[in-house]
Order: sequence, then C-alpha cells, then structure tokens
Amino acid sequence: MNAVGTAYKYGDNVDTDVIIPARYLAIQDQVELAGHAMEDIDADFVHKIKKGDLVVAGKNFGCGSSREHAPLVLKVSGVSCVIAETFARIFYRNAINIGLPIIECKEAAQAIADGDQVEVDFDSGKIIDKTSGQTFTGQPFPEFMQKIILNGGLINYINQR
Amino acid sequence: MGKGMTMTQKILADHAGLPYVEAGQLIEADLDLVLGNDITTPVAIREMEKMQKKDVFDREKIALVMDHFIPNKDIKSAQNCKCVREFAIRHDISHYYDVGQMGIEHALLPEQGLTVAGDVIIGADSHTCTYGALGAFSTGVGSTDMAAGMATGRAWFKVPDAIRFNLTGIPGKWVSGKDVILHIIGLIGVDGALYQSMEFTGDGIRYLSMDDRFTIANMAIEAGGKNGIFPVDEITETYLKEHGNRPYKVYTADEDAHYAAEYTIDLSTLKPTVAFPHLPENTKTVDEIGEKIMVDQAVIGSCTNGRMDDLRIAAMIMNGKKVAKNVRAIVIPATQSIYLQAMNEGLLKTFIEAGAIVSTPTCGPCLGGYMGVLAEGERCISTTNRNFVGRMGHVESEVYLASPAVAAASAVAGYITKPED
Repeated sequence: MNAVGTAYKYGDNVDTDVIIPARYLAIQDQVELAGHAMEDIDADFVHKIKKGDLVVAGKNFGCGSSREHAPLVLKVSGVSCVIAETFARIFYRNAINIGLPIIECKEAAQAIADGDQVEVDFDSGKIIDKTSGQTFTGQPFPEFMQKIILNGGLINYINQR
Repeated sequence: MGKGMTMTQKILADHAGLPYVEAGQLIEADLDLVLGNDITTPVAIREMEKMQKKDVFDREKIALVMDHFIPNKDIKSAQNCKCVREFAIRHDISHYYDVGQMGIEHALLPEQGLTVAGDVIIGADSHTCTYGALGAFSTGVGSTDMAAGMATGRAWFKVPDAIRFNLTGIPGKWVSGKDVILHIIGLIGVDGALYQSMEFTGDGIRYLSMDDRFTIANMAIEAGGKNGIFPVDEITETYLKEHGNRPYKVYTADEDAHYAAEYTIDLSTLKPTVAFPHLPENTKTVDEIGEKIMVDQAVIGSCTNGRMDDLRIAAMIMNGKKVAKNVRAIVIPATQSIYLQAMNEGLLKTFIEAGAIVSTPTCGPCLGGYMGVLAEGERCISTTNRNFVGRMGHVESEVYLASPAVAAASAVAGYITKPED
C-alpha cells in the first residue's frame, strides 16, 4: 500500500479543535463535516487538498478532544497519510481504529517542506520526499495494530475474529 | 528496572487476567464501564450497526450522558440526542441521563457511584481520565472504541509507562487543584506525559479534597497523559461510601515500580496560576502577569471546575460584590444535585445578586458550543480545560484558564487578578 501526493505542513500541537471545530460537531453527514476540516488553522485547506495528499506536522498532532470526527474529516477530505513527530494518544488510536494511515517519523516531519511531493510505502515504513530526494524510515506499527489497519479498522477486525 | 508494577499497571493486569504486565505490552482488558456523550455516541451507534454483534455486553455497564449541546442548541444537536435516546430505550440502558437528570458526565458519574476505585473505564470523551481521582484506571477513547466496548465489554490497551508526581506540603489559601495541575502542565508541557500515566502520590495529597483531585486527574489529558491516578485514602473511601454501594478494590503501586520520571512538587510554594492562550502549558502565576489583562467574559463551570468546592469559593469571593461593568459572568453547576445544593446554600443568590447568570448543567461554552460563545477579539477567563485557537468561539478570541477563585476575582475586577487576602 502506497500514498503519493503533495505534503501540507503544520506546526506542533495541532489540536482537534482546529482540525474540526466543535461548532460543527452536531453535523452527522461526513462529507458536509469534512467541508470544515482544518478550518481554524488553514481556511484554504479544503480548497487545496486533493485525494492522496499528505499532512505533515510536528509534535503532539491531534491533541485535545477525543472526537473521532478529527481523523475522519482528514480521511474523507482525501488525506492519504499523516506524518508527524508524535501523535496525541487518542488521535493515534482513533486513526488506527477508523483506518487513517499515520506514521511517526521525527526526521521526515522536520525535513519535509510545505508543497513537497511525498511518497510513503506503508509496508516498509519508507518515506520519500521526491522534491528534495531525501528518504526516511518511519516507526512501523506493532503487528496487532497492523492487523486492525489491514482489516480496514477495529470494527471489521472484531467482526472477523 | 524494577519488576514492580505501577498502580495503573496493576489495575490493567488484573482486568486482563494476567499476573504481571509491563510498559509497552499490548493487552485486552475487561471494562467496568463504557461512557459516551451526545457528540460521540451517535458516531459509536453508527459504528455498532456495522458489527455482527448487535447487542450491548451489559446494559448496566454503559453510561450515556447528554451533556455537550443540551438542552439542545439547534436541530442537529436535537437529532443527535434523539438518536442516542432511541438507542438507550432499544437496549434498555440503565444509566442514560437526559434533561432533568443529566449533569456534566465527569462530575455526574462519580456522584452517582458509577465509577469506583479499581475500575477500568473507557469513555468517548477525552476527560474520562477524571475518575483516576478515585483510584480507577480511566481513559478517553474515540467512538469506534466505544462501539467495540459496548458490544464486547473489552478494549485493547498498550500498557503505559508512568511519571510519578510526589506532592508535598500544604497548599496556600487560594491554591486549588486547578493551580496544581496548571503548574504541572506548565512544568512538563502539553505532551510531557504523552502515552504515559501520571501517578500522584505524597503527603500533600491529604490536603487535596476529592474535588481538587477530580480537577487534577481531569486535566491529565492536557499534558498528553493516558490517565491520571491517585492512591485511595480515607478521603476517597469516605467519598465512595457516600456516593453508592458498588464494591471497590484498592490497588497500590509496588515499592519497586519503574517510573520514567519523577517530580517533587511542594504545594506550599504554588501560587494562583493562569494558562495564557493558546495552550494549557503557557502558564504564569497571577503575580507574574505584570499588566492589566481586561476580560469580556468569565466562565465558572465545566467537568474541570463545576463542583461544590468550586462554586463555594467563587461565591465567597463574589459575595456582596458586583461583576465589573462590561463583563459577562456565567456560572454553570456541573450536575443537578450540585445545582440544588448550591441553591440550598444560597450560592445561586450570591451569583445572581453579583450580576452573574446561572445556567443549567452543560458543557456549553467550554468547547464553544453555546451559552457563552466569544466574538472576534474577545477574551475570557475560564475555569475550563482548554484554551486552543477558537476553542470558545471566534478564531480571534482568547481563553485564559484559571481556578474558580481567580475567575471570580477577575469577573469582579474586570481584569485577570487573584482574590485579595
């Protein structure tokens, strides 16, 4: 499984309130909800993001609320992978549970520039910045989490047990 | 590394049916309670519909609390509550709380005796870590985990490492649990306890009331923590006995438990503390501020600070005074019984006479839902837990986090200040 696209870069501590502001949380339609993704940190996000693009960020990505709406709006927006130095733990769990690929890689998160073309190979954990020519290796998932991701999320994983 | 286990590890081992667990190990544990609210439960219900197993594992061990946008603020939030209400009826959920019985979930569940020492609790709300104050392992999860938990009664966990906070000394008159946790978050940062337990120990704990401890455990997530946990002492046991009859189990950390880091904090040296926008780690003591930061609004309430101790100290400070001109003061008792108690003690009269308003329990303004949303350029001193960009309204608004004492004193002064001695 691969992800290829343009990387959009953000800083440290991108919280779930800016990923999807609470004023929209009553919306149940996923596409309508995704129309407000990243609105409070980057009002242009929904206009520039194309299917397959990546989000790159610093430390503690997804901190704050447990709202699963946060990884969900990124996935529905077309984001193929989030690369960060570290993830807040509930966001990390939620991303795995709903099948949004994420990778922890400090070097890649720091080196990749906004607008770079980036490719991620999830099997090997290899991250290639095609713009700069640099290659990085991300933290692989433990086997148990890989099984959840391969099954398309926690619910399918439990159904198949 | 010692072979002993931390308090959290012992609770998790017991619930996984294992004699021993260590940090980093992936386990599956039995759940004593699964919690959801009106924001996260509709998503969980949608996920549960995709499951082969359609029934809940135990209708007595699920708590559904309508608290974020209730009484409903708009049609969409009303639809969400209706969806949860119908689910609760369909599955005959014992602990479903709607208008009239509801309170803010993390104040309500301990009060109702649904969370006790030794439990393993997951909740689709990040502040589920609050129940660690009672010596339980409790942590926030998302809606899919909630769905799986409701269906199977189990959840997967990566056993966390821990940071130990040794609290010593006696806190000063105006120093509360809020100041303790803001100080700690300022010290270690918003990711300082990422993936880890925060275990609070030490002689100073005996000077922290249950309400102080709830506030401290509640904000463990604001340091990135998986959970915050306190040992069980006489104060805990008195609280547990007053709030229900569920049997509880007391776990204690092993003497040789391994901690990734240890901090000693002398409570007597702490001062009223404020977290500046836009992160809870941007802390200063009120004495360090050095400029007049004018406020447009003061909020006293939330799962962090809407309990009796909080309302009592705020009322004591506002008693006989008036809220400053051009400041809106909003007081939100966290549960119906706190509301009633505050009324019986005359606190509501004090607030209203001072020019504050008193609302029915709701999360409302904390997450910019309703009941106190901020306009562009406005500033709020708030006893809530997050001051992220746009948290309470407009992206150009600002939230300053503080204790009820500081929020009340600031509401009266019109700028951020601490109570006078």
